[in-house]
Amino acid sequence: MGAQLTQYLLTGVTIGAIYALVALGFSIIYNASHVINFAQGEFVMIGGMTTVSLVDGGVPLPLAIAAAVLVAAAVGLALEKLAIERARGASVVTLIIITIGASIFLRGLAQLVWDKNFHALRPFTGDTPIAVLGATILPQSLWVIGVTIAIVAALGWFFARTLAGKAMLAASHNRLAAELVGIRVRHVLLLAFGLSAAVGAMAGILTAPITLTSYDVGLMLALKGFAAAILGGLGSGAGAVVGGLTLGILESLGAGFISSAYKDVFAFVIMLAVLFFRPSGLFAARSAERV
Amino acid sequence: MLAWLARARTGGLAALVAAIVLLPLALTNNYHYEVAIVVGLNAIVCVGLNLLIGYAGQISLGHAGFYGLGAYGSAILTARYGWPPAAALAASTAGAAALAYLVGRPILKLRGHYLAMATLGMGIIISIVIATEDRITGGPDGMAVAPFTLLGYTLAGERTWYWVVGAALALAVWLALNLIDSPAGRALRALHGSEVAAQVAGVDPGRYKVLAFVISAVFAAVAGSLTAHYAGFITPAKASFLHSIELVTMVVLGGMASTFGAVIGAAVLTTLPQVLTLLKDYEMMVFGAVLMLSMIFLPRGLVPTLAAALARRRR
Amino acid sequence: MSLLAVEGLAKEFGGLKAVDGVSFDVRPGSVHSIIGPNGAGKTTLLNLLNGIYVPSAGRIVFDGRDLTGAAPHRFAAAGIARTFQNLQIFFNMTALENVLVGGHLHARAPLAAAMLRLPGRAEAERGYRVQALELLRFVGIEEYATAPADAMPYGALKRLEIARALAALAGLVLLDEPAAGLNPTETAAIDELIKRLSAGGVTVILVEHNMRLVMGVSDHIVVLDYGKKLTEGTAEEVRNDPRVIEAYLGAAAAEA
Repeated sequence: MGAQLTQYLLTGVTIGAIYALVALGFSIIYNASHVINFAQGEFVMIGGMTTVSLVDGGVPLPLAIAAAVLVAAAVGLALEKLAIERARGASVVTLIIITIGASIFLRGLAQLVWDKNFHALRPFTGDTPIAVLGATILPQSLWVIGVTIAIVAALGWFFARTLAGKAMLAASHNRLAAELVGIRVRHVLLLAFGLSAAVGAMAGILTAPITLTSYDVGLMLALKGFAAAILGGLGSGAGAVVGGLTLGILESLGAGFISSAYKDVFAFVIMLAVLFFRPSGLFAARSAERV
Repeated sequence: MLAWLARARTGGLAALVAAIVLLPLALTNNYHYEVAIVVGLNAIVCVGLNLLIGYAGQISLGHAGFYGLGAYGSAILTARYGWPPAAALAASTAGAAALAYLVGRPILKLRGHYLAMATLGMGIIISIVIATEDRITGGPDGMAVAPFTLLGYTLAGERTWYWVVGAALALAVWLALNLIDSPAGRALRALHGSEVAAQVAGVDPGRYKVLAFVISAVFAAVAGSLTAHYAGFITPAKASFLHSIELVTMVVLGGMASTFGAVIGAAVLTTLPQVLTLLKDYEMMVFGAVLMLSMIFLPRGLVPTLAAALARRRR
Repeated sequence: MSLLAVEGLAKEFGGLKAVDGVSFDVRPGSVHSIIGPNGAGKTTLLNLLNGIYVPSAGRIVFDGRDLTGAAPHRFAAAGIARTFQNLQIFFNMTALENVLVGGHLHARAPLAAAMLRLPGRAEAERGYRVQALELLRFVGIEEYATAPADAMPYGALKRLEIARALAALAGLVLLDEPAAGLNPTETAAIDELIKRLSAGGVTVILVEHNMRLVMGVSDHIVVLDYGKKLTEGTAEEVRNDPRVIEAYLGAAAAEA
């Protein structure tokens, strides 16, 4: 029982780290533009698929990873430049449909560039399970957890310490005020989409050796990432991380102890419960509602 | 008579009935009829969904869930429990309405993105349950559905179904137009225009939002049930998140707060993939691009944009 | 016997007391004005008086019923209507339809009957429209009846707000700066409109900056300053109260 619980927790933390990265990607874009980006999962897919095909083509893994992150970031920039920027001032529904259109477009493109099959990436450092407290963990899971921690730390540093990061935060709090002090909000938006896509791509690369990747892995990951972002409080960076981990662990425990068939349902049940009883998220400070 | 026709409400309805009656002249084979029937069924969902999204201003990304409940309710009650199709249709529609009523109150307190997420979650939960309970739903492979019979008469053949669906669509549009022009319909539109002013005029926001939610769920469930019987086979894809998105896109593309726009949107987005299949591998890409481009360049939707252009010309 | 009794009403926003222990009574049939310098809490008070804000303390008793803490549509049902200073028009509807929504409480129809357009519904609809048109005529904008609200000029929209409030046939109408942004001719028309309302037996609470309008139509005036009631009385009494002059002059001096 104890070992089983440990096993579920380890699995949960691994999945949770991925959800956290997807949720972070959402939050970065949401903060900068108040757009809920349904194509977030496609960044994850592009990261994974590009790395797989480059590695298969003989490119060394680190180089392939760097290239994949750049490709995803370029797609993110293009999405902002070609679609979001042109739909400035559109309603929530319109923006949702635009990003969903982008998501379908990218999936269609991936189907053409690659194929409809599942692809596996070689684990970064072998696949001999490591024993931990009676349970086992794959080396790749350690990579997932470690790199996620590094990304979270880097993002924390970026938003707290760099001028570009502070400009992004300022623009998200008050667009007009930010423009008045000389921040180019258009650049902030571009940066947000590029950064968010890069973070998403890393999630896809890290998880490709564990869960396999294909042209349509994005959708479910995107939806789970939403649930995590809502759970932690939409737009909160720390909330996204905590929300992702909470969701990953609850999902893993639910699949282990309740029903593995309903694994995917838990995330949405939890999300609905949070929305009904505490819409500002579990971890965000409650903001006063105004008329 | 002319004045009666000139009124947008009755004139539009007359034009719709004329289109339904005359369309068969252009339909030359069974495949054409098939597409027309599916257009009609989708249009019924969209006319209902438009009451919620276009008139009451509340988004739902989960209406395929209600559609799926109608479809699977009918399929299961007729196949597994031997219910007559009409009773199964009524029961599964009532079930969808009851669910919409129950979740409507807490869900419709939310706004904007939060409402979108909550309805999305609700729809996905329904679709996963349908795909997972394979002993009664057939799981991801779907299940066969018996033909629709009423009083010993079996609905069969594209032509028969065409007239049934055409009549159902005309009825749906008529009901929606009547609602929009009634005190309840105006209360819905008022909530969209200014929620606070509507409240001050005595409109209970919760009550009327839930009303729109339930009515749109009923339209979706009826269409789902008819679709199941017509197609003779149903899969969980019909209840999926992507189908919810398709439905919302039809409403927005046609033009929000335009009942005939909802019908046009359904017609365009139902026939488009049929045309796009000619593109084979490029189908998905082109569909995605069409969604993006139409929202970027026609954010108000086809019918309101055309109406505005016509009004400008006339001036 | 007062129509509306306000007792110790208070509203705090994060420690800031926008309205602070205000009490007053409104007699039926009177025109009751609330004045005060900018930021005195007048609009907050109106928002409390029809349930848009829930008070932090105090009671609101209307027509013998305690409405404290009720939702806005309950205030409406009890018989309190209002207009908005910052125009809360239903811009997605025509002028006539705006007024029809104002009459929402008197136009309930069973949903099924409405959707099936059962006999009697069409006639009832015609009845509502005749009444709504009558109100548009009363406020003097009947020529806009079928115009979409978003195509109407500002002055007409201010009157549309009033027509919509009147459609509720409420015992008490709250008017939030009905003359703001209007030219002298239009203001005179509002003045006349308020007098006609009052003559018709409607009780009016008026929040307004235009002192000539206030002094001309009010039976009773409450003066607010920093969320507190400074004084109250007839126009004559208020006009000669040194504290009122100081509050206004002080504010004017600070602004200058």
